[in-house]
Amino acid sequence: MPRVKVPRKSTAIDMTAMCDVAFLLLTFFILTATARQAEPLPVDTPSSTTKAKQPQTNIATITIGEGKVFFSVTENDVRRSMLEKMSERYGYPFTEEEKKRFSLIESFGVPAGNLKQVINMNNEDRLKPGLQRGIPIDSVNNQASELHYWILNARYAAKELNNASLRFSIKGDAKEEYPTIKKIIAILQKQEVNKFSFITALEGTD
Amino acid sequence: MAELDTSGGGGKGGKVRSKKASTRVDLTAMVDLAFLLITFFMLTTSLNKPQAMDMTMPDKEENQEDNLKVADDRTMTVLLGGKNKIEWYMGTVDNPTTPTVIDYGKNGIRAAFLDKIKAVKAATGKDLFVIIKPSDKSSYKNLVDIFDEVNIVDVKQRALADITADEVELLKRDGIY
Repeated sequence: MPRVKVPRKSTAIDMTAMCDVAFLLLTFFILTATARQAEPLPVDTPSSTTKAKQPQTNIATITIGEGKVFFSVTENDVRRSMLEKMSERYGYPFTEEEKKRFSLIESFGVPAGNLKQVINMNNEDRLKPGLQRGIPIDSVNNQASELHYWILNARYAAKELNNASLRFSIKGDAKEEYPTIKKIIAILQKQEVNKFSFITALEGTD
Repeated sequence: MAELDTSGGGGKGGKVRSKKASTRVDLTAMVDLAFLLITFFMLTTSLNKPQAMDMTMPDKEENQEDNLKVADDRTMTVLLGGKNKIEWYMGTVDNPTTPTVIDYGKNGIRAAFLDKIKAVKAATGKDLFVIIKPSDKSSYKNLVDIFDEVNIVDVKQRALADITADEVELLKRDGIY
């Protein structure tokens, strides 16, 4: 009786299709990923169960950490116009080049007097921790604080350029003490910005 | 690698032939790498988007007369003290009912909220009103946590207010200021 010979099969699988799919997905994720902007003031946001996503456009963010306050606006043209308005108000002139550079800086936190110096630094120096001292939030001699005017001028600029009212987000460090937050909320409320949001990280409901 | 030699042990004697090289490339490592990167990008993109907790504050009215008066018996005041502790009471600060020091979280303030929502609903038929008053010793995390709890128990009527000197005294008395 002849023995039935079982033909040995190859164990190699054709990976070509799998490879195609994998790289297709990879390309998709790389293209949709938004590069994270380097922040001059890194903060550790507290977590909450809120599911609502932070919108990506037309947002002004007030970052608070280590007692310092930084301000950022998403749109470049709004940033530029905001600087022009501030320079009129405080009488610090800026050149065309400096305005252009400023429109590319996402977040900053220096008193208006030091802004020129910070604008002219290169990116690496500017992001050094401890270099930017924060925007003054206290009112001096019955004059509203600088942050108040930054916010006000950013709102004007957004309205003029995009005809949209700027939305405000507060991004605070978890350990930040409440009095600082209270001052920021007071500044916002003073110009009747009664709606704003707290930026938080996601956490599950227990 | 992943391919076994399946040619069988033939080739005894005979002519020496030049071996035909396979045109197949082993893609296993490449696929591994691709999936690793996919995983990386998937995780970073979804985790990177921050969440926004919306806050609405009432208009700052200069004249106090227009302010809405809320019944004492359905007002719960939550004082955020230091050391990650909360003190809450019902009614007014001159005559606080059941001031209690409590922790954050599920078994702490959330249980108190749920309890009071039910009690107030049963007693008055209306919803609980929560006033949150953070003291200077509380942190930003405390503020976000308490609003998160209020959102979880779904208290629609809530407000953020400034703490008064009497309430600071109350916190000091209980040793969380």
